[in-house]
Amino acid sequence: MANVIELTGVTKRFGHVTALDGLDLSVSAGEVHGFLGPNGAGKTTTLRLVLGLLRADAGSMTVLGLDPWRDVAELHRRLAYVPGDVALWPNLTGGEVIDLLGRLQGGQDAARRDRLVELFDLDPTRRARTYSKGNRQKVALIAALATDAELLLLDEPTSGLDPLMEDAFRGEVRALRDQGRSVLLSSHILSEAEALSDRVSIIRAGKVVETGGLDQLRHLTRTSVTADVRTVPEGLERLPGVHDVVVVNHRVSAQVEPSGLEPIMHALTAAGLRTLTSQPPTLEDLFLRHYGVAAGDATDDAGAGRSDRA
Amino acid sequence: MRDTLVGTGSLIRLGLRRDRWLLPVWILAFAVMAGSTATASADLFPDLASRVEAARRLNGTASVVALFGRVYDPTSIGALSMIKYTAFMTAVLAVLVVVVMVRHTRADEESGRLELLGGGRLGRNAPLTAALTICVGASLLLGLLSGAALVAGGLPVAGSFAFGLGWAATGLAFGAVAGVTAQIASTSRSAIGMSSMIIAVTYVLRAVGDLAEPGPSFLSWLSPIGWNQQVRAYAGDRWWVLLLPLALFAVLVPVAFALRARRDLGAGLREERPGPARGSLAGVWDLAVRLQDRVLAAWLVAFVLFGAVIGSLVSGVEDFFGSANAQDLIKQLGGGQALTDAFLSAEITILGILAAVFGIAAVNHLRAEETAGHAESLLSTTTTRTRWATSHVVVALAGVALLMLLGGLSIGAGAALSLHDGGQVARVTAVSVAQVPGVWVMCSIALAVFGWLPRLTPGVWGLYVAFVALGEFGVLWHAPQWLTDLSPFQHAPRLPLDSGTVTAVVALTATAAVVAALGYVGWRRRDLTA
Repeated sequence: MANVIELTGVTKRFGHVTALDGLDLSVSAGEVHGFLGPNGAGKTTTLRLVLGLLRADAGSMTVLGLDPWRDVAELHRRLAYVPGDVALWPNLTGGEVIDLLGRLQGGQDAARRDRLVELFDLDPTRRARTYSKGNRQKVALIAALATDAELLLLDEPTSGLDPLMEDAFRGEVRALRDQGRSVLLSSHILSEAEALSDRVSIIRAGKVVETGGLDQLRHLTRTSVTADVRTVPEGLERLPGVHDVVVVNHRVSAQVEPSGLEPIMHALTAAGLRTLTSQPPTLEDLFLRHYGVAAGDATDDAGAGRSDRA
Repeated sequence: MRDTLVGTGSLIRLGLRRDRWLLPVWILAFAVMAGSTATASADLFPDLASRVEAARRLNGTASVVALFGRVYDPTSIGALSMIKYTAFMTAVLAVLVVVVMVRHTRADEESGRLELLGGGRLGRNAPLTAALTICVGASLLLGLLSGAALVAGGLPVAGSFAFGLGWAATGLAFGAVAGVTAQIASTSRSAIGMSSMIIAVTYVLRAVGDLAEPGPSFLSWLSPIGWNQQVRAYAGDRWWVLLLPLALFAVLVPVAFALRARRDLGAGLREERPGPARGSLAGVWDLAVRLQDRVLAAWLVAFVLFGAVIGSLVSGVEDFFGSANAQDLIKQLGGGQALTDAFLSAEITILGILAAVFGIAAVNHLRAEETAGHAESLLSTTTTRTRWATSHVVVALAGVALLMLLGGLSIGAGAALSLHDGGQVARVTAVSVAQVPGVWVMCSIALAVFGWLPRLTPGVWGLYVAFVALGEFGVLWHAPQWLTDLSPFQHAPRLPLDSGTVTAVVALTATAAVVAALGYVGWRRRDLTA
């Protein structure tokens, strides 16, 4: 199947800061593609380039077969975008903004719009200045989801939503995929991308460092396990798929690959398990482990498209 | 009580850091302006006779009295040379103070920056206290520096400091006004709007009061700007008048704190009503109009009122030049008609200069929408960059044209009534509309800056002030002609209209078109920035 987004060697500099440094990214038609990276890695910059809001310094870009800088109007008829930091006109109501953006997008499905307003539990009669971050995000999400766009670009769409709404959002994204539409979903939360994406690209310091299906990236996902046991069992570190075992008094912690979960659980249960916490790996862990840097150190300020220097 | 002030010191430091350019630049600008005018005036009015004559002329011209006030001591060079600063520049100073106050109170609340800080150790009254402190400090510094600059310019010490402290006290009074409006309004725009309206009303009050014969009526005493004139620096130095603005400050500041105590962070005193659940905005055109229509409506009302006042003053113009010498001069100049025309032309030029404020602000709206992140949402839809920019540019250009048309009609109608000459309506309206291309040049300069140097958008105001100042003070400063000619306002058509008018209108329109086209080229090729 054709790729809806094809970026090759894309470079973008802001002054002397290189935000994107030869970035390659391809998103196939009909997939939900997770775009993962720590803050400042260049996710938002990439999305803005794809939208033609920024101009690339080097590299080639094709989106839905079009040039995002030249064919803006035609391209934007076929895609919808939810910015990471949704800014609304303070005097307009949520309903007015949804309808305005819908019309500018080339029309939205009125029935779907109403269903989404209901689903996300948004009061469309309130002025935008009274909305919380989550509510502003809902306005932009509803406007985007109510269109018939072939491609949706979502920049950290759930960062302000509560868990219930996040669930509703995931349901909508799955429904989109079932209709054969494509989604590029940026996030700095591994579990979010994991829950939705068919494939994932990981960006660091302006470069995509890993791309693949989630199964291929399994090696990246180690669960962090901490347990209190009566007696500390011997030889935990020799179990397959178990790493970084640390023992302090009766507390054992370790990083465990999916294949290592069963053996370590057996061993811990046999040792008299008292408490157990397990955490999915964070992007931070992942970067630390695979690239030898803390995520926050990956870049300085490279992808920061907006900062207040007023 | 102490708890509510926690963090004030940090906020003051933060505020001074954010204003590290704004405050020094405008404080110095005022001091330098005052000082250089003082220096120049000594050459301009070398002897007593020239001063008395100039003061008599100024006091005898209604439009001058309405705009600037009176010279209260015709023998005093200080009173004469500062006439443009006691009321007019004081109003400008008041606007600056208001902007600074709102910037550190309501604007910060609106953007959520105060919320960010409020999570830390920050008392409820700290932001208002910090903003007032900055305001008081800046006003005092400005007053003292200006006083010193005037002394350096060769004027008497007592008068100079009476004048400087007059500015400082007026700054305090309007700082307190903005402190109150920032609590009432729920957005910074409406807080600034409300305060500006108060400044405008106080300005008009004193204009009407100053026109009364003999000397100012009680109306001038109702206005803080009037008080500043009644300090009468260099013409009696009535220090006690300085107590009036200080008293106003002392009354309004507790009111502001009391209002603050009655509302939540981020809320105004007026409650939010629910709005429509469905939108009727069909596109970016509707949006641009919706975002600017109220501002334009307020401007239109102001223009019509201003025009009516000016128009009705016309019949008195000839009477001001009652002496035989003056009558001879009038005949040489081309009779009473020429004098009336000169008066009307001067007022219409001022109308054009004011309309440019609306035009520039309307174009600069583009940048405000961009930094707010609104442009990002709009430009991710099928809306093209050109179309979006055009929506605001058209509001600017059409708004300016409408302002000059209605303002011209209003002046023309007033003139027609007071001169019993119906023909005035058409010719006055025509020359008012002829100002439009010059104002459009300012709008297109703003667009060009937006297109090529978006971060320098506020600099357009600097350029505007420079052009206006060149027109007002260029002769005083011995500015070279080519420099003065750069200002589009220098080429504004005057009455009577002739073939030269057509040439000027065509040339200014062409200039506006070329500069605007340049702006579009820059805007279409640049990155969206914040």
